[in-house]
Amino acid sequence: MDSSVRAVVWRWVRPGLVAAGQGTAVVLLCLPLNVVLFVLSVVSLVLIPVFGIGFALFPAVTVLVRWSLTLQRRLSRFSRAPIASPYQPVPADAQLGTWRRFRWVVSDAATWRDLAWLIPGAVTGTGCLLAAVLPFYGLEGVLLVPLLLYLTTDWYGYGVFWPLDNIVQAWSSVPQGLLFLCGGLAVAPWLVWLHFRFAGFFLAPTQAQELALRVRHLAATRADTIDTQAAELRRIERDLHDGAQARLVALRMSIGLAEELLADDPARAARLLGEAQEASGQALVELRDLVRGIYPPVLAERGLDGAVRALALTVIPPVEVEVELPGSPPAAVESAAYFAVAELLTNVAKHSGAGRAWVRLAHSGGLLRIQVGDDGRGGAAFDAGSGLAGVRRRLAAFDGTMTVTSPPGGPTVVTMELPCELSSRRISPSSGTG
Amino acid sequence: MRVVIAEDLALLRDGLTRILDAFGFQVVEAVADGPSVLPALTRHRPDVAVLDVRLPPTFTDEGLQAALAARTQFPGLPILVLSQHVEQLYARELLADRGGGVGYLLKDRVSNVGQFIDAVRQVSSGGMVMDPEVVSQLLARNAGADRLGELTAREREVLGQMAEGRSNAAIAGRLFVTEKAVSKHINNIFSKLGMPPSDDDNRRVLAVLAYLNG
Repeated sequence: MDSSVRAVVWRWVRPGLVAAGQGTAVVLLCLPLNVVLFVLSVVSLVLIPVFGIGFALFPAVTVLVRWSLTLQRRLSRFSRAPIASPYQPVPADAQLGTWRRFRWVVSDAATWRDLAWLIPGAVTGTGCLLAAVLPFYGLEGVLLVPLLLYLTTDWYGYGVFWPLDNIVQAWSSVPQGLLFLCGGLAVAPWLVWLHFRFAGFFLAPTQAQELALRVRHLAATRADTIDTQAAELRRIERDLHDGAQARLVALRMSIGLAEELLADDPARAARLLGEAQEASGQALVELRDLVRGIYPPVLAERGLDGAVRALALTVIPPVEVEVELPGSPPAAVESAAYFAVAELLTNVAKHSGAGRAWVRLAHSGGLLRIQVGDDGRGGAAFDAGSGLAGVRRRLAAFDGTMTVTSPPGGPTVVTMELPCELSSRRISPSSGTG
Repeated sequence: MRVVIAEDLALLRDGLTRILDAFGFQVVEAVADGPSVLPALTRHRPDVAVLDVRLPPTFTDEGLQAALAARTQFPGLPILVLSQHVEQLYARELLADRGGGVGYLLKDRVSNVGQFIDAVRQVSSGGMVMDPEVVSQLLARNAGADRLGELTAREREVLGQMAEGRSNAAIAGRLFVTEKAVSKHINNIFSKLGMPPSDDDNRRVLAVLAYLNG
C-alpha cells in the first residue's frame, strides 16, 4: 500500500478505533462501577442517622466516586466532548472523618451532580457498548468466523440470517461484516461523543452559572468604569473651564489693557502686567494639580516603584516602601494601583492615627499584589461612600480585588490584587516636558 | 559665566538662552535630549548646568538621571534642575551628596526673571536653592515631628526662607526685621535642632534640609 493511501485510511480508521477502545473502557467502568458506587452512596446516606457512621462513610464514598468519575472525565479528553473537572480543592483542615469534611462534601454541588449521574450514566454508558461491539462483530464476519462455525457446529447465525441456512448465506458474512466494520468505526466516535456530551450535563462545571456570574460582574464593572470615567471627564472639564481657562481669559484682558495704557499711563500698565504675571502663575498651579490628578508626572517618569516612593515621602507618618517588581505593569494598571495607594495613604494620614505605615508591591503568578498597612487604631469603614469602596470599584475595572482587615485597635492591612503581566522595560509613550 | 542648558522644547530652550544671555551668562551649549547632556558637560565643564527633568528619548526622568550622573562624575558641578512639578523624592536625590551647588525649581519660577537669575548665580557659586513648594511640603510633613515642634512660628518661617536659599539679608528684607534678628533666629534654630552652628550660609541650609529629609 502506498504510504499516502495508508495515511488517509489511518486518518479515517483511527478515530473509530480510539472510540471503540473508549467505548470498551466506558462500558467496563460505567456499568459495574457506577452501579456499585451508587449503591454505596445510598447506603452511606441512609446510615447518616445511625451512630454517625454515615458522616464518616459518605465523604469516603465520595472520594471513590470522584476518583472513578475523574477517570471517566479523563477518558472524555480523547473524545470530541472533553469534560473539565468541577472539583474544588479540599480545604486544608478537612481530613476524612471530620465533621468539617462532611459539611464541605455535602455543601459542594458537584457531589450531588455526580450522584445524580451515576445511574443515567450507567444507562448511556451501555449505549457505548455498540461502539465497542459493532467493529468487532464486523471483524468476525470479514474473517469468515461464521462460515467456520457453520461448517463445524451446524447452527450459527450472522447479520440478517438467523440461523444460516446454506453456504451462500455463510459466505455473505464477508460483505455484511465489512459493512458492520466500516459502519461501526464510523459511528463509534459519535456514540462516544453522545455519551460524554450527556455526561457533561452532570459532570462538567456548570458553565452557564460561571458565565452568568462573569457576565454580571463584567456588566457591573463596565458600567462603573464608564460612570467613573464620565465623572472624571466632567470634573476635568469643570476644573479647566472655571480654572486655567478663566485665568487665561483674564490674563489676555490684562495684557490687552496694559498694551492700550502703555503710552498714556505706564505705571498702571506695569501694574496690570504684574497682575497678568500673577494670574499666569495661578493658572500654572491649577494645571499642575489637574495633571497630577489625571496621570501623575512622577508615574510617567519613574514608574509605579518610584511614584509610590515619591508618594510615601509626602504623607505624615513615615512610610516604609518595599518593591519587588521585575518589570512594569501596563500603564493603566500602574495608574489604578498608584491612585489606590494614594487614597489608602491619605486614609492612613487622616484617620488611622498611625505612627508607622508600609506599602509592599510584588508580582507573582500573573498578579500584582499591593499591601498597604499601618499600626493605627483600625476599624476602617467600608461604607458605600467611603474611599475604600471607591478604590475597590476602580480596581474592579481591572478584575482586581481588595481585602481589608482592620480590627478595632488595629493594625489595618489592605491587600489588593490586580491581574496583569509585567513588561521588561518601560518606555513612556507620552511626550512633553517635565 | 558659562552655562549648559538641556531642554527639549525649542520655545523654552530659546527663552532660557535669551534670558541668560541678557544677564551676562554665556550659553556654551543648549542640548535637547538626555543622552547629549553628559557629553556636553564633559566637553565644556560649565560653571553651571540648567537641566529639564523630563527629556527625550524616553520622556521619563532622563534629565535628572543625567544630573545625578554628572554629580558623581564631576563632584560639586553646580546644577539647577527645572521641572513642571516638584517631588520630594527628586529633591532628596539631588541633595544626597550634600555637596552644594544644587537647585531644584519649578519652571514657573523662570517667569520671575530676577529671582531666577539670582537662583542660577547662587547655585553656580556653590549655594543651594529649593523651590518654595518643596520647602513647604517638607516643613508641613515635619510640622508634627518633635524636632520642629520646639521652633516658634517665626523660627519656622526663617527656616523656610533659609531652605529656599535666601541669604540673611534677603530674609531680613522679606520678614521686615533686622539682619541681626535673623541671625539670632538662625542660631536658635540650630541649637534647638541640636546642630553645630556654622557661618557658611549654604552649608547650614544643606544641613537643615538633610536633617528634615531624614
